[in-house]
Amino acid sequence: MFIQQLINGLTLGGVYALIALGYTMVYGILELINFAHGEIYMLGAYLGIIFLAFFTTVGLTAYSLPLAMILTFVLSVIFCSAYGFTIEKIAYKPLRNAPRLSPLISAIGVSIFLQNYVMLTQGATDKIFPNLFEKAGIEFIGARVTYTQIFIIAASAVLMLSLNLFITKTRMGKAMRAVAQDKVMASLVGINIDTVISATFIIGSALAAVAGLMVAIYYGLVNYSIGYIAGIKAFTAAVLGGIGSIPGAMFGGVLLGLVESFSAAYISSEYKDAYAFIILIIILFIKPSGLFGKSQEEKV
Amino acid sequence: MLELNDIHTFYGPIEALKGITLKVNQGEIVCLIGNNGAGKSTTLMTISGILKPKAGTISFIGSDISDMPPHSIVEMGISHVPEGRRIFPRLTVKENLEMGAYSVSRRLKTTPPIPPLARGGVGGVKSQFDKVYEMFPVLKEREKQMGGTLSGGEQQMLAISRALMSEPKLLLLDEPSLGLAPIIVSRIFKAIREINKEGVTILLVEQNAHAALNLSGRGYVLENGRIKMHGQGKDLLNSEEVKKAYLGE
Ligand SMILES: Nc1ncnc2c1ncn2[C@@H]1O[C@H](COP(=O)(O)OP(=O)(O)OP(=O)(O)O)[C@@H](O)[C@H]1O
Ligand SMILES: [Mg+2]
Repeated sequence: MFIQQLINGLTLGGVYALIALGYTMVYGILELINFAHGEIYMLGAYLGIIFLAFFTTVGLTAYSLPLAMILTFVLSVIFCSAYGFTIEKIAYKPLRNAPRLSPLISAIGVSIFLQNYVMLTQGATDKIFPNLFEKAGIEFIGARVTYTQIFIIAASAVLMLSLNLFITKTRMGKAMRAVAQDKVMASLVGINIDTVISATFIIGSALAAVAGLMVAIYYGLVNYSIGYIAGIKAFTAAVLGGIGSIPGAMFGGVLLGLVESFSAAYISSEYKDAYAFIILIIILFIKPSGLFGKSQEEKV
Repeated sequence: MLELNDIHTFYGPIEALKGITLKVNQGEIVCLIGNNGAGKSTTLMTISGILKPKAGTISFIGSDISDMPPHSIVEMGISHVPEGRRIFPRLTVKENLEMGAYSVSRRLKTTPPIPPLARGGVGGVKSQFDKVYEMFPVLKEREKQMGGTLSGGEQQMLAISRALMSEPKLLLLDEPSLGLAPIIVSRIFKAIREINKEGVTILLVEQNAHAALNLSGRGYVLENGRIKMHGQGKDLLNSEEVKKAYLGE
């Protein structure tokens, strides 16, 4: 029972963490809560269904399932990144010098637009993600772990490690940190702020696309409103970890997944969605800036 | 080398620069002095493209840079050490320097045909690291420390070094002596002189008018967004008006 919940929690937590990273990276750079981010995750799931259906029609899925899946992932990631990039250019960039509330309202507008756009084009009812992987898995010290779960946990871990390497080691990653710390100074050393902001949206959207597609595979069902609750949970995870902090988002996401899974199993599953917020309130009470957040004094 | 022609810069409705005309020649140290709020920092921020002038032109080695974004101005060869140093607090000393070389590292990446050896070691960035570490050895010791943990003097050394990483032709320095102990101030001024000797032209903003005018060939006195006087550093030092207003004599 314990191991089972641990595995379930890690699966869920990995997904939350991937989405939370997009919130935290954008907030770190623009101090904007990108309310449309949950919708990118939802688009990732839908695009997955669409591309996989296409590959099935042309016979690729029957020919090689792994190849079809890889292409589905790659295409969903590319499309979602393009959405993220475009949303920033259209809805946020023109408002960069506007009062802080304006881009926030714009973000809510984009979110509502995308939900309705998907509802109108894909229908308001649940879509089924083809059950290609059956429920195969392995027995593991009394717990049942499906291959899908193993895949989700492994993929989340690899993506988070890669992101960490990117942020700490590469030229663009360091530039992102510099921009998050001081935009004027970053311009003065020759960093093109617009490029860095676009890169942030592209990376965050790519991670959300992967999360969306993995959840579609995991639950087998998708509808146009899944971005809403997942978005709120992931945002909670980002705040838990300290919004703006990348390790914070990773930790917060995994913690949230574990809390949900264990409390649903050991306390009651009726209030499954409420535990996230109870934890949030407790942590913010103890440490208002979040677990990994920088306290106000440090932020010279 | 640098020419500002009747520059007007606004903060919203407030006109901070009311027609600044000044000139910096290749190889000079020119200083800009003036009281708090005179517009010295605004002048530098306008040159480096953070603020856009509403009227007037800025030309640098023959090109008009008044409409260029800041990152292109850095690529043109202007480096700015802003007021308050603005070290990236949660980047290490080394990473701060790497960011200083940001514009150069792209140049190196996109124009490969220069053989590394011709530039001294692994490209120009490497040798620039050696140069600034030689000038301020303490930075080498602190390489892995977060920028925010350095002392004020070390931060100023880092800020100057970071600006040098892009191998600028013109260095803009905004109050490098601010808040530092006299002994550190003389270190910094000595470094400024050395940097200039190596061929970097310098535009220096200072509250410390005495030291600045001593160091500079020419100086401009700014008051209320306008150039009030300009001339040789020595002449300004001896001028009654400057003595009274800025040297406290
Ligand atoms: N961000 C801003 N918004 C509005 N007004 C500003 C802003 N920054 C500066 N000013 C105003 O512009 C004028 C020039 O300021 P500036 O900072 O250029 O002066 P300074 O000569 O550098 O002064 P100091 O010696 O104190 O650094 C001042 O009147 C100041 O109040
Ligand atoms: Mg100033």
